[in-house]
Amino acid sequence: MSEIIKSGRVQADEWTVLRLAEGDDPAAVALPAGRVIVPLAVWLARRDALHAQAEAGVLGVWLAGNEDPAVLAGDLSALALIAVDFPKFADGRGYSIATLLRTRHGYGGELRAIGDVLRDQFFFLLRCGFSVLQPREGKYSAAQLEAALTSLRDFSEPYQGAVDRPEPLFRRQPRTPLHKEAA
Amino acid sequence: MYQYDEYDQRIVDERVAQFADQTRRYLAGELSEDEFRPLRLQNGLYIQRHAPMLRIAVPYGNLNSTQLRTLGHIARTYDRGYGHITTRQNIQFNWPRLEDVPEILDLLAKVQMHAIQTSGNCIRNVTSDPFAGVAPDEHVDPRPWCEILRQWSTFHPEFAFLPRKFKIAVNGAREDRAVIQVHDIGLDIVRNAAGELGFRVLVGGGLGRTPIIGEEVAAFVPWQQILNYCEAVLRVYNLHGRRDNAYKARIKILVKALGVTEFARQVEEEFAHLKDGPSTLTQAEIDRVASRFNDPVLSALEADAGYRAQLVADKAFAAWARRSVRGHRVAGYASVVLSLKPYGVAPGDLTAEQFDAVADLADRYAFGEVRSTHEQNIVLASVREADLHQLWQDARAIGLATPNIGLLTDIIACPGGDFCALANAKSIPIANAIQDRFDDLDHLFDIGELEINISGCMNACGHHHVGHIGILGVDKNGAEFYQVTVGGEQGNQAALGKVIGPSFAAAEMPDVISSLINNYIDNRQDDERFIDTVRRIGVESFKTRVYAERSARQQAGESAHV
Repeated sequence: MSEIIKSGRVQADEWTVLRLAEGDDPAAVALPAGRVIVPLAVWLARRDALHAQAEAGVLGVWLAGNEDPAVLAGDLSALALIAVDFPKFADGRGYSIATLLRTRHGYGGELRAIGDVLRDQFFFLLRCGFSVLQPREGKYSAAQLEAALTSLRDFSEPYQGAVDRPEPLFRRQPRTPLHKEAA
Repeated sequence: MYQYDEYDQRIVDERVAQFADQTRRYLAGELSEDEFRPLRLQNGLYIQRHAPMLRIAVPYGNLNSTQLRTLGHIARTYDRGYGHITTRQNIQFNWPRLEDVPEILDLLAKVQMHAIQTSGNCIRNVTSDPFAGVAPDEHVDPRPWCEILRQWSTFHPEFAFLPRKFKIAVNGAREDRAVIQVHDIGLDIVRNAAGELGFRVLVGGGLGRTPIIGEEVAAFVPWQQILNYCEAVLRVYNLHGRRDNAYKARIKILVKALGVTEFARQVEEEFAHLKDGPSTLTQAEIDRVASRFNDPVLSALEADAGYRAQLVADKAFAAWARRSVRGHRVAGYASVVLSLKPYGVAPGDLTAEQFDAVADLADRYAFGEVRSTHEQNIVLASVREADLHQLWQDARAIGLATPNIGLLTDIIACPGGDFCALANAKSIPIANAIQDRFDDLDHLFDIGELEINISGCMNACGHHHVGHIGILGVDKNGAEFYQVTVGGEQGNQAALGKVIGPSFAAAEMPDVISSLINNYIDNRQDDERFIDTVRRIGVESFKTRVYAERSARQQAGESAHV
């Protein structure tokens, strides 16, 4: 069982991420037991069959970097968990996908970063609306993951608005013109 | 120049702590080479031929004397006694030790400086006109807008891992001195028919492997919306820019692939959702940022009679003034360009002593401020005319008064193969060899305005495509060769140079330049500049001359050996 970061703490995870192997048929592939996050292709192929599990909160869907979150627009109320995959940590498409899910589509459920999720990206991921960070299994020791929690708070007052704080700094805080400061 | 408030300061302080920890984890083996690379790059740290290279941000080229002295101290203490001004107005040190970088960043943070996003696949240092705020042809001061963009782009969480680097430049004058047409986003501050302020937005310009002039995607974006509009451009790019091939990952390739009409449509669609959102700018915020520049209040002075008398009496001073002194919007003041192109020195280099001495000049003559230019020189923006003669003498004493600004020997060059791990060929020795060939000042003045730009590789840091004469280092079976382009230009008439033909060995380069210059002199009409002659008669005539004279030299060389 892998560890995740949620609500600022390291927690044990109850979900399994299903990744298709080459040749797997999304319409027929067997789903692991328990709570499962399926690829978008599986969801699209079997939406009717899987809908009840999603509504029951035991099935979520993950998006790859090249998948348009608008495809899920009609399913958002049914989904308690959506994950976005980072094939490499330096592939930043997931930040825009998360932002769109939260702002454009109004998704309010759990939004999880999966794949090559490293501590030096935690701060950016939180800002773009991810609520759960799931580092690759075995990437960090328990002690390292605890230490990595400080990366959630790398910057206390970022300049620009984002999902977590939609207003930019100049709207959030009174910033003073120079002559007033000097007076 | 812009002075930090407590929030600006806190962000750079927190960055210092963050990077110190990242460096510690890297050195302890907790971060792999691949994991550390993007992190250090986003802090301007490259691993180079000899040592790490640290690139320090100089936002839109603005520096004060305190910062200059800190840079001098860094050059002396952590480097080999010099620093280098880049073609994006930043400053590079070529010899720091990785272990020392957190300490250097700490020193920089104490004087409101940093190395944030000076490299990596993110939004880079915003560049602008070095004469911003004082140029007579300026309609709007671009600096507050640059600072607003700097703050917006600093650690923007959505755009920290773009497909490739992203450069923004802003122009607010009639003559574009920020080369906005070759930036990923070029912003031109304009007024619409109703007199309202806004931005003409160009996207997809760039040099590098595939040089392209940017195309207009919006004729007028109201100033309140400019961050929203930029966010729309960046989001379309972040989602759809190519990530499979680093050479095709810049936004210019996406714009070309979609066509500018379709690209603009996608941006508009995104912008429709963002318009009037929380990032919409307010007049209060613009005024606040502008106030923090704390510019000196200048009142017009009588034209200085002493200055005019000195121009007549002192020929050397007059020669310098003709090249280095520029008009100022306030009567009785001038802007001055200090040349970092004395002969035999790497273009754009400053020694530790020169950093300190320039700081002294800034304090004595220019309200404590200077600007770095993309041509790799230093500007003192506001100097009283009455001080110019003394300033010239002081600048001459520290080797910064070569009267060659805008002339053939004011060469733009990247660090090239002497320092850069990416380079195919050396740049600096070529620049120096050309400067040697044209060391006669009268000849130089006669040739007139001419820009030679040298890049050591395709990445085009030396902006060779937009040089009147461009020189590109290429690798030919392991040997260093140079490809020559003619007809490039920066500014309002921005154009990309044309390759004249097969490349040349390093030793041939001064002769090649001589052939080009002689062809110009034989063909020029009246006071036509080199580039004007090229435009009028075409590149072919230059090409023919260069290769004919080259063949003649080769034949002469062969017969001499018989």
